[in-house]
Amino acid sequence: MLFRRRQALTCRRAVELMSDYVEGALSAPDRARLETHLSGCPHCTEYLAQLRVALNALGEVKAEDLSEDALEEMVTLYRQWRAG
Amino acid sequence: MGFVPRIVRCVNQNTSADCVPLGCRPWFASGDLSRPPFRLGCGGMDDSDQELLDRLRAGDERAFVVLVRRHHAALLRFASSLVDNRSVAEEAVQDTWLAVVRGIERFEGRSSVKTWLFRVLVNRVRSAAGRERRAEAAGSGFVSGSFGRSGGWAEPPTEWATDVDDRLVAEQLGRRARACLDGLPPTQRQAVLLRDVEGLPPEQVCSTLGITSGNLRVLLHRGRARVRAALDAEMRNA
Repeated sequence: MLFRRRQALTCRRAVELMSDYVEGALSAPDRARLETHLSGCPHCTEYLAQLRVALNALGEVKAEDLSEDALEEMVTLYRQWRAG
Repeated sequence: MGFVPRIVRCVNQNTSADCVPLGCRPWFASGDLSRPPFRLGCGGMDDSDQELLDRLRAGDERAFVVLVRRHHAALLRFASSLVDNRSVAEEAVQDTWLAVVRGIERFEGRSSVKTWLFRVLVNRVRSAAGRERRAEAAGSGFVSGSFGRSGGWAEPPTEWATDVDDRLVAEQLGRRARACLDGLPPTQRQAVLLRDVEGLPPEQVCSTLGITSGNLRVLLHRGRARVRAALDAEMRNA
């Protein structure tokens, strides 16, 4: 039986996998390959840390506050609809 | 199918009275939107969306107000990623709310209320626009120049010396992330908004946008990488 050894990841490929990695969406073999790569690559480790910071920053992005006019407009529409 | 006509917005206090019957000025017209002069029966503004839907089914206007206050701005931001024109986006969100109150009996609770709202919005926009989609430049672009032919780093990421946990730095990064979001290609922005900003589960993002999980992964990868690159530029200039 042939045993085909999978090649080590390049940094480019490691970066391509990182978004899925932080989602927990990688297969077990891919996760293992990425973690092996990360253990020996400070640049990719730094990139991953920065990606996590970016995700945290996105999670803190708030929508604009709803203006009083816009809210009043919506309630007026709602009342008109209720009134038929 | 077009959107419902928008109500002409009142321009001052006098004409505002024409929009709301005398004696029926809503509490939010008092000017202090943060402190409604009533206490909702089941935990006030912390009511779950499901409880609010139950009350909305029963015709409770205050439940509608709370839902709108909770989700309208996020819907409008997302609508702006679906259409180019701000006023068209506003109309789409208005139309979404009307579709929601009209179709509230059909909501089965299989997804969160937030997901349902986004899904209705996407359907309204796409049906109005004939499912026209804007083209997006192919390729990942943002980091392609960072690698050499061998796939190793040609321009490795520079370590961010500043403490990203510092509150001021975090606010600075948040502002930059928000600005970067606005500049993402539409499909990337939609995916990142729903997944990373609104926190919808991946499968619900896929069903809302009508894309495969593979598409979503590519869009998130590219969008997140662009945001990281924008933050990187911010940190280098800090």
